[in-house]
Amino acid sequence: MTYESVIGLEVHTELATASKVFCGCPTTFGVPPNTQVCPICIGMPGVLPVLNKKALEYSIRTALTLNCDINEVTLFDRKNYYYPDLPKNYQISQNYRYLGVNGLLEIVVDGRSKRVGINNVHLEEDAGKLLHPSTASADYSLVDLNRTGLPLLEIVTEPDMRGIKEAQIFMMTLKNLLQYIEVSDCKMEEGSLRFEVNVSLRPQGQQAYGTKVEIKNLNSIKTALKAIEYEMRRQSRVLDEGNQVIQETRLWDDVEMVTRAMRSKERAHDYRYFPEPDLVEVRISKEWQEEIRRHLPELQDAKKRRFIEQYDLPEYDAQVLTSSKALANYYEECLRVYNVPKAISNWIMTEVLRELNERELEPDEFSVTPVHLASMVKMIDSGTISGKIGKTVFAEMVETGKMPDLIVQEKGLVQISDEKELAGIVAKVVAENPGPVSEFKKGRQKAIGFLVGQVMKLTKGKANPQLVNSLLREQLK
Amino acid sequence: MELHSTTAHELAPLLQKRKISSTELTKAVLERIEKVEPRVNAYVTLTPELAMRMAQDADQRLQQGNTVTPLTGIPLAIKDNMCTRGILTSCASRILHNFVPPYDATVVTKLRNAGAVFVGKTNLDEFAMGSSTENSAMKLTLNPWDFERIPGGSSGGSAAAVAAGETILALGSDTGGSIRQPAALCGVVGLKPTYGRVSRYGLVAFASSLDQIGTLVKDVEDTALLMNCIAAHDPMDSTSGNIPVPDYTTFLNHSINGIKVGVPKEYFVEGMDPVVEQAVRKAIDTLAELGAEIIEISLPHTEYAIATYYLCATAEASSNLARYDGAHYGYRSPGTDNIVDMFSKTRAEGFGKEVKRRIMLGTYALSAGYYDAYYLKALKVRTLIKQDFEQAFQQCDVIVTPTTPTPAFRVGEKTEDPLQMYLSDIFTISVNLAGIPAVSLPCGFAGSLPVGIQIMAGSFEEGKILRVAHCYEQAAGFCRSRPTL
Amino acid sequence: MAKISEDDVRHVALLSRLYFTDEEIRQFTKDLNSIFSYVEKLRELDTEAVEPTSHSLKLSNVIREDIITSPLPVDEALANAPEAETGYFRVPKIIQEY
Repeated sequence: MTYESVIGLEVHTELATASKVFCGCPTTFGVPPNTQVCPICIGMPGVLPVLNKKALEYSIRTALTLNCDINEVTLFDRKNYYYPDLPKNYQISQNYRYLGVNGLLEIVVDGRSKRVGINNVHLEEDAGKLLHPSTASADYSLVDLNRTGLPLLEIVTEPDMRGIKEAQIFMMTLKNLLQYIEVSDCKMEEGSLRFEVNVSLRPQGQQAYGTKVEIKNLNSIKTALKAIEYEMRRQSRVLDEGNQVIQETRLWDDVEMVTRAMRSKERAHDYRYFPEPDLVEVRISKEWQEEIRRHLPELQDAKKRRFIEQYDLPEYDAQVLTSSKALANYYEECLRVYNVPKAISNWIMTEVLRELNERELEPDEFSVTPVHLASMVKMIDSGTISGKIGKTVFAEMVETGKMPDLIVQEKGLVQISDEKELAGIVAKVVAENPGPVSEFKKGRQKAIGFLVGQVMKLTKGKANPQLVNSLLREQLK
Repeated sequence: MELHSTTAHELAPLLQKRKISSTELTKAVLERIEKVEPRVNAYVTLTPELAMRMAQDADQRLQQGNTVTPLTGIPLAIKDNMCTRGILTSCASRILHNFVPPYDATVVTKLRNAGAVFVGKTNLDEFAMGSSTENSAMKLTLNPWDFERIPGGSSGGSAAAVAAGETILALGSDTGGSIRQPAALCGVVGLKPTYGRVSRYGLVAFASSLDQIGTLVKDVEDTALLMNCIAAHDPMDSTSGNIPVPDYTTFLNHSINGIKVGVPKEYFVEGMDPVVEQAVRKAIDTLAELGAEIIEISLPHTEYAIATYYLCATAEASSNLARYDGAHYGYRSPGTDNIVDMFSKTRAEGFGKEVKRRIMLGTYALSAGYYDAYYLKALKVRTLIKQDFEQAFQQCDVIVTPTTPTPAFRVGEKTEDPLQMYLSDIFTISVNLAGIPAVSLPCGFAGSLPVGIQIMAGSFEEGKILRVAHCYEQAAGFCRSRPTL
Repeated sequence: MAKISEDDVRHVALLSRLYFTDEEIRQFTKDLNSIFSYVEKLRELDTEAVEPTSHSLKLSNVIREDIITSPLPVDEALANAPEAETGYFRVPKIIQEY
């Protein structure tokens, strides 16, 4: 039978605050274990949480951007479950009155726009990290609480996506948006953006939803898509065999590339949510919402329009350059060093994007920084190097991260613009190539290209092409 | 008079005029402890060396004359559910038998800054759950007035220590009467302030929406002095009230002429010890003689308070006590091979019976399918109880009731029937549900056992309580009675 | 309300992460039944139109600025740990379950 897949997402994103959501511990990623902890995030006896204002404002900002209704009064609740990465054995979250509800995010699928409903947006605290030593004999686990208490925003969608492509576009659109509004760096490899997926199947044309399965442990969009694909296959097999899909949580196994049912002693979850007595209600007035709305960072559409106007870029360039906030920032930082919008754009749209895609890097992780790129373009424009040498220098910058002037100096790549020196070489080329010379003289303009190429060959590409051209024309008169 | 049986307000001028030194005073208290502690068992941990160091520091401050407060150099005992940096904080539980906090509770910081001298940490019912201090995993504290009887609870150690002269001042905590009930049974003055008046940061949570730190001392004036130090807004406690703190001593030595005293009819019911009722009635007569106007009022939802309290308190407790699992601190059961086993064995071995009972009660009340019927229902009845008080305080300034239905009971008398033990909290529990302040102070004796009267006022009206209590105390004079040990 | 069964009590014990002997289960079943039948008293009251009170003191928007405070030195953070190893808390093997 043909089935239609129904997909919903639970997205967790760590908010980019300096301190944790309920205590003042720093939030730096990758520091030694348990060096960013205090009595509050260790959950020691008697300690109390105090809400971080910025975490709250980032949550409101996100909810507004996702077109949510903001609850005028929002509350925190305790979600009770035992796990050693959760030192209090309850998570401060929201259950009875979410921060934002009834939102939507518009995505574009095959040129058509589609709305994905956002059920709710709520703020909670992240849990710590567990390490399971890989040696077979190890009968213990290790706990690092640095991540415990990081502000975590949960975005829950309606089951509005049909098929893998819509899920993929939704995830990418949302990630892009979260980066644009500067609430999260969304580094999936650092866990600051995580997806959980709900998948169910129903026979094509059926209205009622099938039984859904929740999939966890998805550390990239790619993985999430693989897991959805696997799960669709698995469920359709189950249904085709006349069996029922069991409602359960499954974990993605990245090695075997399968989902597996979680072992669970407690079949029914019972989180025993109740109002967090240690935190008071949060009132979000219309004025506060407006204030946050007024200070929203520039979003993609606005930035694109501005790029077209301010930098006189073609729409296509502006579209590509604003496809992610990081790339747009990269572009504008280049312009701050050397303000030639179209030349920089050309380099980014070709060389830079090709390297980033091949290497799966974000612009801010790229060895060629905006200063590198802009300095190099400047050297081309000033005639220090040719555009062709520029590509050599670029490749060298990608590999070594050295500044372009250093590369040019070390490799002796300075363009030859000395007329006397070049005139000699041109004379030599004219003398050695009587055939093309006579053809040119007969009026075949194209023949000059061959002669220029010969000069470049002799100078290893360093000759100033314009100068070579004019010297040749002079000598061939 | 011996130094250990005096009060802070008597000692402070002597210290400040250098008539006595804090070292001398602290020594006297430590000697008293040495003499009577083997019989009273008020302390979980004694800190004599620390006390002597703090006394020397206090003497230096007193000598220099700057940053001197009325508490500088005064010995103080802290209930062992308040975190003290570098000092064992056990909550009288096996599960925290080795827990040394790397931080101070906010009240402890304030008392350190004021120059108080820490004598030790006092015994309590495990995690403050109980009314007799018999639920301590550490030791059995006895009532200094009668060693066959309990001192009340859960702040039984602090109340007994004050009554026995083993400290000058003490801190307690009160979730359903845990300061006022032992104060009544030990013949001392115990104030539970308004919820939010004293920071809860560093107070090991039992029921977060009900817990409040307060004072256990010998008289009303010391209550005012200690409150002046500990009452404050605290940015570390989100539920702390950001309301100016008055100088509580300014409420002392006023007449109560024309003050309206409400007496709720629901608090004089069957099951009450007639001698207790008599003592309280007599105290009310005294208030009338002092010029107060006595009026009968009604708190109609009183009979629902215990059910409401035990649902709210246990639900919060079941979650608050989830963190004691052996993973990051405290007791861990040895020899478990997986995490679920470790959690469950650690908790089974680390908690006492009453704590487990309340965790079970609270977990059940919150579990799927029962939340609306039990927990939410209790939160709604709590609103009705709160409204009872709001309406009552439109008619009167303070409300006067007995603190307990009976004087101190015998060791072991009520341990078998938990419901009976819960029912004995009837007069103190509503105050916590409503979040209002109340004091218990001595109003006479039933035989050799002290009886307490409770005075309540509206939120943040501790001043009114102190005014009435001080006036009564001066007239009645029971605060000068001490047990003979 | 239906009587609380021993199985109910076992389930609550699992949720609470508490091991009990059969005798304790019997005792707690008795205690819970006695206390919850007392609590039934609250049903007498009509609370349809009553707002719940989850906090004693009605406050709102108690928030702090996003400012870093210094964390505990790692040895202090781990000082109370029953077991620690190379900067980590050490716990028995975790069986995947929630």
